[in-house]
Amino acid sequence: MDTAADKTRLGFWIYLMTDCVLFATLFATFAVLRGNVHDGPDAKEIISLPYILVETVILLVSSLTAGLAVLAAKVADRQTVLFWLGITGILGLAFLGLEIAEFRQLAAEGANWQRSAFLSSYFTLVGTHGLHIAVGLVWLASLLAALWRKGLNHANTNKLMLFGVFWHFLDLVWIFIFSVVYLVGAL
Amino acid sequence: MSRIIPDHPSVQSYLIGFGLSLVTTLGAYLVTVNNARIDNNAVIAAILMLAVTQLFVQLYFFLHIGAEKGPRWKLGFLGFALVVVAILVVGSLWIMDNLNYHMMTPQDRDTYIIIDEGFDGSSHGH
Repeated sequence: MDTAADKTRLGFWIYLMTDCVLFATLFATFAVLRGNVHDGPDAKEIISLPYILVETVILLVSSLTAGLAVLAAKVADRQTVLFWLGITGILGLAFLGLEIAEFRQLAAEGANWQRSAFLSSYFTLVGTHGLHIAVGLVWLASLLAALWRKGLNHANTNKLMLFGVFWHFLDLVWIFIFSVVYLVGAL
Repeated sequence: MSRIIPDHPSVQSYLIGFGLSLVTTLGAYLVTVNNARIDNNAVIAAILMLAVTQLFVQLYFFLHIGAEKGPRWKLGFLGFALVVVAILVVGSLWIMDNLNYHMMTPQDRDTYIIIDEGFDGSSHGH
């Protein structure tokens, strides 16, 4: 624990661990309510696996590009940082767009949040993850603006690293959503 | 081994992490799509094992957990969080399953016996 930056990094990690527990409660709720479809659509009926696979790969690639941005920051290569961060943002927006389209389609078919306990827990779990992605994208935009105007100073580099960890964490949560909600649900 | 798993993260280590993650993702997808309804329990086991594998891959290659020098605070906090998660998830499933079992109506009980004895053609019956 040498510097203030190290302490901040650990503190942020501890926050992420509480976020992990939050997602665990939403997963537990979803698992308990998976069969409570109230004569409405069940998991198989609302899931399109190819669509979800595309979303998953997009988010995975964005996690890689976020990592590449952090690597570029470590060697103080501002242009490369901006490039990879920009790609991360575009991929993140694509993911969010696909997810919102999926939700709107489901709602249009009557498979909305209020339809059944299963759907309530589905939208809460997946929606909370989507909300984290959205907030992350706002953070990313502000990082891009700060990097554009002030360059790779100490503060921006540290913030960028925190963003990278946050973004990796969101991809990790998505792995479990992909596996437990979508793959198992489609069986 | 130290060439593949470097001390400092590099483009190569991120690409390895990405590649392994992609393989486990596609693997889980293909196992599901090709084996749905053939043996669901085996598929679920495979999906979960692949998910946990990808978790470890990403924790190491993307988040560098386990490669920290000095006191492993991050690993420790992660371990504690996972214990809490395990209690929450396993505990909820156990309790709610038990609750649902004990609160069956006679009609629910008929349905349960039919499924449990395999009278509906499912794989349960003896």
